[in-house]
Amino acid sequence: MADTGIGAAVRRTEDLRFLTGKGRYTDDINRPGQLYAYILRSSVPHATIRSIDTAAAVAAPGVVAVYTGADMAGAGVNGLPCGWQVHSKDGEPMKEPAHPPLAVGKVRHVGDPVAVVIAESYAQAREAADAIALDLEELPAVADTRAASASGAPQLFDEVPGNLCYDWEIGDKAVNDAAFAKAAHVAKLDLVNNRLVPNAMEPRCYIGDYDPTRGEYTLYTSTQNPHVIRLLMGAFVLGIPENKLRVVGPDVGGGFGSKIYHYAEEAIVTWSAGQLGRAVKWTAERSESFMSDAHGRDHVTHVELALDADGVFLAMRVSTLANMGAYLSTFAPCVPTYLYATLLAGCYRTPTVYCNVKAVFTNTVPVDAYRGAGRPEATYLIERIVDVAADETGIDPAELRRRNFIPKDAFPYQTPVALVYDIGDYDQTLDAALAAIDYQGFEARRAEAAKRGRYRGIGISTYIEACGIAPSNVVGSLGARAGLYEAAQVRVHPTGSVSVYTGSHSHGQGHETTFAQLVSDTFGIPFESVEIVHGDTDKVLFGMGTYGSRSLAVGGTAIVKAMNKVIEKARKAAAHILEASEADVEFADGQFRVKGTDRAMSFGEVALAAYVPHKYPLDELEPGLDETAFYDPKNFTFPAGCHVAEVEIDPDTGVVTLVNFAAADDVGRVINPMIVEGQVHGGVAQGVGQALLESCVYDAQGQLVTGSYMDYCMPRADNLPPVSVSTHVTLCPHNDLGVKGCGEVGAIGSPPAVMNAVVDALSALGVKHVEMPATPQRVWQAIRDAKGAAAA
Amino acid sequence: MYSFNYRRVSSVDEAVAALGKAEDGKLMAGGMTLLPTMKQRLAQPSDLIDLSGVGALAGIKREGNRIVIGAMTRHADVADSAEVRSAIPALAHLAGRIGDPQVRNRGTIGGSIANADPAADYPAAVVGLGATVHTNQREIAGDDFFTGMFDTALEDGEIITAVSFPVPEKAAYVKFPNPASRYAVVGVMVARTGGGVRVAVTGAGPSVFRVPAMEAALAKSFSAAALDGITVAADDLNTDIHASAEYRAHLVGVMAARAVAAAG
Ligand SMILES: Cc1cc2nc3c(=O)[nH]c(=O)nc-3n(C[C@H](O)[C@H](O)[C@H](O)COP(=O)(O)OP(=O)(O)OC[C@H]3O[C@@H](n4cnc5c(N)ncnc54)[C@H](O)[C@@H]3O)c2cc1C
Repeated sequence: MADTGIGAAVRRTEDLRFLTGKGRYTDDINRPGQLYAYILRSSVPHATIRSIDTAAAVAAPGVVAVYTGADMAGAGVNGLPCGWQVHSKDGEPMKEPAHPPLAVGKVRHVGDPVAVVIAESYAQAREAADAIALDLEELPAVADTRAASASGAPQLFDEVPGNLCYDWEIGDKAVNDAAFAKAAHVAKLDLVNNRLVPNAMEPRCYIGDYDPTRGEYTLYTSTQNPHVIRLLMGAFVLGIPENKLRVVGPDVGGGFGSKIYHYAEEAIVTWSAGQLGRAVKWTAERSESFMSDAHGRDHVTHVELALDADGVFLAMRVSTLANMGAYLSTFAPCVPTYLYATLLAGCYRTPTVYCNVKAVFTNTVPVDAYRGAGRPEATYLIERIVDVAADETGIDPAELRRRNFIPKDAFPYQTPVALVYDIGDYDQTLDAALAAIDYQGFEARRAEAAKRGRYRGIGISTYIEACGIAPSNVVGSLGARAGLYEAAQVRVHPTGSVSVYTGSHSHGQGHETTFAQLVSDTFGIPFESVEIVHGDTDKVLFGMGTYGSRSLAVGGTAIVKAMNKVIEKARKAAAHILEASEADVEFADGQFRVKGTDRAMSFGEVALAAYVPHKYPLDELEPGLDETAFYDPKNFTFPAGCHVAEVEIDPDTGVVTLVNFAAADDVGRVINPMIVEGQVHGGVAQGVGQALLESCVYDAQGQLVTGSYMDYCMPRADNLPPVSVSTHVTLCPHNDLGVKGCGEVGAIGSPPAVMNAVVDALSALGVKHVEMPATPQRVWQAIRDAKGAAAA
Repeated sequence: MYSFNYRRVSSVDEAVAALGKAEDGKLMAGGMTLLPTMKQRLAQPSDLIDLSGVGALAGIKREGNRIVIGAMTRHADVADSAEVRSAIPALAHLAGRIGDPQVRNRGTIGGSIANADPAADYPAAVVGLGATVHTNQREIAGDDFFTGMFDTALEDGEIITAVSFPVPEKAAYVKFPNPASRYAVVGVMVARTGGGVRVAVTGAGPSVFRVPAMEAALAKSFSAAALDGITVAADDLNTDIHASAEYRAHLVGVMAARAVAAAG
């Protein structure tokens, strides 16, 4: 038992099918009579649609139908809904322009869907699309975040002046200004959080199916949250009630946030299947992924940090421009507000924080949550400005952080930006990471590198983040149009095996293993006796899905709540059968035992009694052993920790090599340390990608320059050194498991650590800041500029 | 991908005949460049004439002081060849750093130089080592083969059969890879032969080019220090999101010095 229970590094049961090519992804599913869809997309960033003539395409070989935006709108199909309404500081609701699944009137970004061709084969659909005569009148476009907010910028929507979606603020500006007035020192920085393309390994894929005899739709979709898609698409876009719409999210090859959202193509294939009475499949080509998967980040920020003469933080102020892209993706508005600005206190006691966020529309792919969602953006600017302050005041960066930490006895801690941190110990993770990387020995390594002609630098990031967004009534008051609980059903079968139906969705996280460990440990039954079922609205009662590192903290806790109900019911049954009072029956190690006696029944025996209720208290208790629970958390959870990076820079080429990386994270109780380590590794790889390699680039005309892997640089194994990972536990006090979440910490903590190391390596030359990604060219230029400035 | 006719031939003559008959025929070697271009619908040949069945075109042999590599020889075979590794280690090194294992197991030297991608590696070897390109019609000096961006001296219907490399006294190739694609942003082959010193640069310009000033300096003193102060003008060099012309010009100097140092 011990080797599969809570805390054991159990090998992931799902890997057998993933690693042997037996995974069943949406594209592996084929329905009888299935048709194939090809989506014709705009190749220009901004244009008025003068006309679309589909006659020749309709007549092409194999073509069954061609639909345009007008066809769908004419049939009563609505636009894609946005799941979060942010209000501007003047109280006005955000601008929420229509987002039709197929463009109506105008196209607004390269990749904007214009028409769908449905044919007997994909090749025929694609071929026929060439015959569509699309007459566009091109308009000036704007892709750049700053440029979109400038006066005179091209306008995407008539009803959105200045492309401004909202102008939002948090914090008391007067109090903040007053604190700044008393500062001994103010550190200032302008920075950009680079736009990223999520790049899930499995491209998005959808199959719409329709059974005309029952009027039932099925959508197979590469999604992170089938029930959310059922709600968004069924209720808002297509008008299909839940009882007539099944959504299946089978094996999903990575999401990183990009598969949370309801996408146009889901509605297109489902609606088309209904029109045609045949299944319709669409699978993204990789180039379509680049131009249609929701992108991440894309902030332009100015930050100031006020300190007193002792280096104590007095106040921080931030103003951010956030790029929404051409339309509002499902959760886009909350990312640069409630998932970002509420984290701006970081791990520090900064008494006042003020942040203003202006969100703008641009002629680019919509931007939404991507691994970390708002917290990487917050952490990057906090940890960079703390390093700027350390540099300017001459205080060691580790010491400056330590001096300003919220001490471990100050929890619960009310930050100036709404959140109440529940627990933490930031010194512990800082100490652990510094020890792991040998911070003391760094200057010797720097000197040794200098002898080899390399600049070596070290960078610290002490981050905090918030997972398991909750509680529902609070997020509702902040504009969420959904609840943020989770549901679970624990079905004990007659012979004592267990199926768990969870509203969380696994797309790489290993839930089938972690959740099974939790259940087998709690019930005292073999790991193999537990099956985790997810990803099908016909099987799982309800669910809000997986994002924001919420699965274990919220979904896992819902399972615990359901298991507790099972145990309580079973205890009643056992007490009756064992002829004892309920209060005298204790449950431990899989046995219901009458206290102080050897009278006991195993978990399996009680399960059997519940289904074969012969000697059973039928007057008081229903037969069967199958319980459900909905769990709505009281607060976020707050993983925190410290990441330290060490880099070497080749001054002749500007190449940055990450030579050393240590992560010390507090993710709460660890159920499976191997999975946690893997999540941190993956997150760090993505964070290093953002810091050194990845950047989604549009040219001034709005064309996507990084439309393939020829130009978009993903991290590869040889970009990463071995990553030292350690976990340090403070237990979350408000969920049963004491867990916090580990899926995003790597991507949140690592970028500032790497960038602080890059700047540290170059600081002797006078370099104060380098933007992400720190590409060879950018670093070479920074070195050259610094040397030029020194010479001048 | 548009539809096309596919034909697998077993001799060069058969390939020539098939090309002659096709409306818009294209030879296919490893397909590593051609097929992606067709998938993206950027090429629409009427006929694909697959050379992979022409056994005579593959293989590596030593002929006197030359290494002769058949056009259909895959990058992986060049990288692993004991013959190449002992005679021209720089060439094996170059081939071993093209793309990834899948690409090296399919892509060929003939396909690579016929394609003449400005960022490809082999052009630096063909020019830098003073190779000769053999075709079904003639021999073309390496210096004359590459005529511009994606442009070569090959005539319509002309098929590369082999490339022969004179064995240099010493040579080295150093590449600064594009971080994303890992093609060459700048790749420099430096070689010293009986006939003098050659410095050939790929990736930086529209087509591979030599740097006479560096060659002259190295002819006097084959050392990295000899290159101090020799710069390449940025004017005609490529600019993209990864590297400006200026940065490329700078990298030419750095990579050349590193190549000289590596050549020893
Ligand atoms: C992911 C990836 C990474 C890559 N990275 C690199 C890199 O780092 N460095 C690099 O140099 N290259 C790189 N390449 C290109 C690779 O080397 C290709 O294999 C090469 O450019 C083309 O060779 P091929 O044999 O595949 O030719 P094909 O794609 O089959 O043909 C290319 C062209 O050559 C013509 N052709 C082929 N053989 C002959 C012949 N015998 N005579 C006349 N014409 C002929 C064809 O008609 C076609 O026009 C990469 C490719 C990929 C897909």
